[in-house]
Amino acid sequence: MTTKTIASSGALSDIATIAFAAVLGLGLIFAAGFSHAGGMHDVAHDSRHATGFPCH
Amino acid sequence: MLKQIGASALFAGLAAGVLAALLQLWFVVPLLLEAELYESGARAHFTDGYVGSDAGAPPLGDALGRHMGTLAINIVGWIGFGFVLAAGFALAARRGVAVDARRGLLWGLGGFTAVALAPSFGLPPELPGTVAAEITERQTWWAFTVVATALGLALMAFGRGPAWLAGGIAMIAAPHLIGAPHLDRYFGAAAPELAALFSTRALGVSAAAWAFLGLAAGWIWSREAQRA
Repeated sequence: MTTKTIASSGALSDIATIAFAAVLGLGLIFAAGFSHAGGMHDVAHDSRHATGFPCH
Repeated sequence: MLKQIGASALFAGLAAGVLAALLQLWFVVPLLLEAELYESGARAHFTDGYVGSDAGAPPLGDALGRHMGTLAINIVGWIGFGFVLAAGFALAARRGVAVDARRGLLWGLGGFTAVALAPSFGLPPELPGTVAAEITERQTWWAFTVVATALGLALMAFGRGPAWLAGGIAMIAAPHLIGAPHLDRYFGAAAPELAALFSTRALGVSAAAWAFLGLAAGWIWSREAQRA
């Protein structure tokens, strides 16, 4: 019983870690590729065009 | 797990971002700067007495601050791609699939297909000055296409049996059957040769950077797995 609890909470924290990594990654991609906040569009302009993100 | 994901994403993403920025500055940004000459009207195409238009880009050195921005944004974006890729490695590991440098390369090529090739099939990388459909419509179609292609590839790679394969193909095809948002007129001001070369170079640089990201992230992932 104890072993099972430890195993399942380990699996749960793995899933939480994977979800955290994916959300963090998507947030960084959004900032680099989509965000128009502040001067983001101007700074990111060339790399967005060159990476093929829709820009204007 | 977190350390393994973090090490793969950060180191491979940082290196891939620097590589992508250098390749962009060498091969793509000069075409972008040249296109801005058409966008601003400094150069024109098909004017009276047309005998072709000059070719040649302004020097990169005139806008160093601007190119530092390109480097910084590439690093941020590619670390982001690195985190999503490493999250995929971790999901695969839970299903008993080990990732090393060679398998990482395949993941990277899958990333290129999902994030660069598939959306470019409907919305080619845009030369500055391109007049196109509403930005939010294009961003929506772009994001939908990236997600559908990534899920479709995952179904084909990890699904068991022909039904999963067919489902994967359907997901990859769906955005193109729906169709990307386009205008009903052409507005291009720049030379078509320039726009074509820009699109193919942008795709080529993405392919190189994705291949490198997958290879490097897979290599770091397998090293961290051996240590753990």
